[in-house]
Amino acid sequence: MACGRPSRVAPVPGLGLTLGLTLAWVGLVVVIPLAALAIKPWELGVAGVAQSLAEPRVLSALAVSFGAALAASIINLPLGLLLAWALVRLDFPGRRVLDSVIDLPFALPTAVAGIALTALFAPNGWLGVPLMAAFGWQIAYTRAGIAVALMFVGLPFIVRTVEPVLRDMGKDAEEAAATLGAIRPQTLGRVVLPTLAPALLTGFGLACARAVGEYGSVIFIAGNLPMATEIAPLLIVIRLEQFDYAGAAAVGLAMLCLSFTILLGLNLLQRLVRRGRR
Amino acid sequence: MSAPVRPAHADAPWASALLAGAALLVAIVMLALPLAAVFAEALRRGLPVAIDAIMEEDALAAIRLTLIIAAITVPMNLMGGVAAAWAVAKCEFPGKRLLVTLIELPFSVSPVIAGLIFVLIFGAKGWLGPWLQAHDIQVIFAVPGLVLATVFVTFPFVARTVIPLMQEQGRDEEEAAATLGASGPQTFWRVTLPNVKWALLSGVLLCNARAMGEFGAVSVVSGHIRGETNTMPLHVEILYNEYQFAGAFAVAALLALLGLVTLAAKTLLEHAAGRGAGGAA
Amino acid sequence: MSIEIRDVARRFGSTAALEGVSLTVARGEFVALLGPSGSGKTTLLRILAGLEGTDSGTVRVDGEDMTGVPARERRIGVVFQQYALFRHMTVFENVAFGLRVRKRRPPEAEIARRVRELLALVQIPELERRYPDQVSGGQRQRVALARALAIEPRLLLLDEPFGALDALVRKDVRRWVRGLHDRLGISTILVTHDQEEAMEMADRVAVMERGRIVQCDTAEVLLRDPATPFVAGFLGEASRLDCQVRGGVAHFDPLPLPPLRVALPDGEAQAFLRPEDIAVLAGTGQGILRAVRNVTDDRARVIVDLEGILLDGTAASGRAPQRNVPCRVALRGGIVFASNGQRARGEPLARIMAG
Repeated sequence: MACGRPSRVAPVPGLGLTLGLTLAWVGLVVVIPLAALAIKPWELGVAGVAQSLAEPRVLSALAVSFGAALAASIINLPLGLLLAWALVRLDFPGRRVLDSVIDLPFALPTAVAGIALTALFAPNGWLGVPLMAAFGWQIAYTRAGIAVALMFVGLPFIVRTVEPVLRDMGKDAEEAAATLGAIRPQTLGRVVLPTLAPALLTGFGLACARAVGEYGSVIFIAGNLPMATEIAPLLIVIRLEQFDYAGAAAVGLAMLCLSFTILLGLNLLQRLVRRGRR
Repeated sequence: MSAPVRPAHADAPWASALLAGAALLVAIVMLALPLAAVFAEALRRGLPVAIDAIMEEDALAAIRLTLIIAAITVPMNLMGGVAAAWAVAKCEFPGKRLLVTLIELPFSVSPVIAGLIFVLIFGAKGWLGPWLQAHDIQVIFAVPGLVLATVFVTFPFVARTVIPLMQEQGRDEEEAAATLGASGPQTFWRVTLPNVKWALLSGVLLCNARAMGEFGAVSVVSGHIRGETNTMPLHVEILYNEYQFAGAFAVAALLALLGLVTLAAKTLLEHAAGRGAGGAA
Repeated sequence: MSIEIRDVARRFGSTAALEGVSLTVARGEFVALLGPSGSGKTTLLRILAGLEGTDSGTVRVDGEDMTGVPARERRIGVVFQQYALFRHMTVFENVAFGLRVRKRRPPEAEIARRVRELLALVQIPELERRYPDQVSGGQRQRVALARALAIEPRLLLLDEPFGALDALVRKDVRRWVRGLHDRLGISTILVTHDQEEAMEMADRVAVMERGRIVQCDTAEVLLRDPATPFVAGFLGEASRLDCQVRGGVAHFDPLPLPPLRVALPDGEAQAFLRPEDIAVLAGTGQGILRAVRNVTDDRARVIVDLEGILLDGTAASGRAPQRNVPCRVALRGGIVFASNGQRARGEPLARIMAG
């Protein structure tokens, strides 16, 4: 028979084995457990979930978590940009060390960061004393303390997403702008910032997502006062300790949904920024 | 003699110096000071006290448990991560983007939720709770639960560091190996693995650091039983809440050292990978 | 070894990469697959190597059906476009790879002997300890060739192997590779989009267009007797002009060109005129000589401007042709395709008077 049967060939072998392993691994460790989170709250019924989430303490905890995460990430934007700029564009003694230190929040266990920040900002700490003396600010055991911890956790995300884009950008565009008669602030505002905007937004989103769920570095410095400095993850822990599984899951699900809404919004914003540039 | 001419569009030296100074200040206040505080607090009452705190029985048990969890978690995630990287980077199949999203998902989930989901399944009032109780199997408040939560949290590290590199390298070399008669395993061991070994090692290090340092997820599933289900970070918390600050910071310093070693090793690895891309031996 | 490709088809989604491709390569023959990018030549090569599947059709090597035989069992050597050398292995280890992964692995001394022999064959014995990124592009290509030859391939496939080399090196390397082929006698298929390369190196050239082999023959035949307008336009230089056939004569109106006698039905047609077909003669006419491209003993290649259309022609070089002077344009012949695909050789109505 002249007409041969079709033959399917994978240029690189091993798809079956590796994909099977991967799916089993992802399914068992990620998909099934997260499905539990999505299903469990509804044991309370729709009204029950709404009631469970409408408790003032829950609303307050969600507001504290998301508010502090947003505030910390917004403050981190200029700081992260500054550090990325210093890493890419400036040459000064200690730049290599700075480069390694940026990743410290990734490598330092969160509980360690938590007690360290608390020690620093406590009323008798290295930074707590001067801040109180100079401005009358108390950081530890207030919402400001939560934001400080979240800033520490989120900073590398912004630096590490902006840095490669800045490196990639080179100086060509700026030099071109200069030849076209732009003065330095014009160049920075019209050429550099718009180029970095998508990366800044991505970094902001990553930092925010991480900060919203952060637990270890926050609970030591937060004070954990219900209705004031209690974060949503802590509320989950408390409900679990009371064996209120469904209530805990409801808070967890609400957190995830809010996070994804923020990420989705940022994604749309990023598309707008990109389209505006074309 | 004329001064060197600075192009008009470049920043003035004073501006650069100001920026560099500001950057260093931010890094020192936000990153270096907390680290310094850990070691300062740990040594406040002298090195012997710190060492005693670490050599104390419960602390040693916590260290042992942390090492056991890492020893189980890291190989599991190494295998899964390499398999996922191979499938995603070297093969074609529908739904690839969805799979990549799923692999990265644990990074955007709160560690507390990571613990919570396993309690929902294996906890006393969870789906499998009654069955587990009937068969006298302890998952939550025991080592299996700690391992599960840690696996979930550290799950993406290996895949995430290896996939971009493997994708960048393409499959030319694997195809060449196939035409030269190499089997799948031969291709993997002789061609693919040597090309990604530094990235793989770096991913394993990060995975290990997180596995040993994880707090939120294990806190939820641990039950904080001293000497039994207490990992190092949990031990730090207990000591701290009991106002045993010296002990808490001593164990914390040990964890911080782990982080520092990981950072240093990662920097060295990146260096090695950059230099050894061509394999100059 | 002989290769027989029969009715091979391959689709990617809704686009057909290959449609009913058939080709036979005789033992020791050197065949080039020539075509523009996207014509399916690389797909065909990958199918032969076993790196790509087929929807239908068969590939036989020495009569053995290759369907379902994985790449690693085919013993078909491939020199990849970017060479795909193993970057973490030395040149020696690259060449040795195919021997080391064999089911029955030869002893180390035997491997070393074979590798050194091959490196000597490709004339880079001194590079064995270097890594791929420490040698030049031309040397990398030799390593790739040695590596492919190490498995004693039944067929050698070269995928645009000269693309990464600069123009000066390329010509030498081509001759050298062809010489190597003549010495070893391994059937070889070369994929290229460079017609000069294909015609210079190969015994036969298979011209591919949109997933089909439109013509496969020696370079001489392809130039003299192209099967389709595509082949006529793709190979060799030619000016393409529309014309109308009336009563067995092709007219180029409104261009002031003399008509050609063709055995074609009446209607619209397309003429391909090689530079040799367009004679540029001294004397007053509607043409203006614009540029002189190169001069040999008896003729000069010139570009002539005929009412705004530039044609590649030849002029007798007895008198040095001068630019921007009027000249006469005559036709010695040409290939004419009728709109139904029928083809005929055009002949001048009258003999050209040498000017």
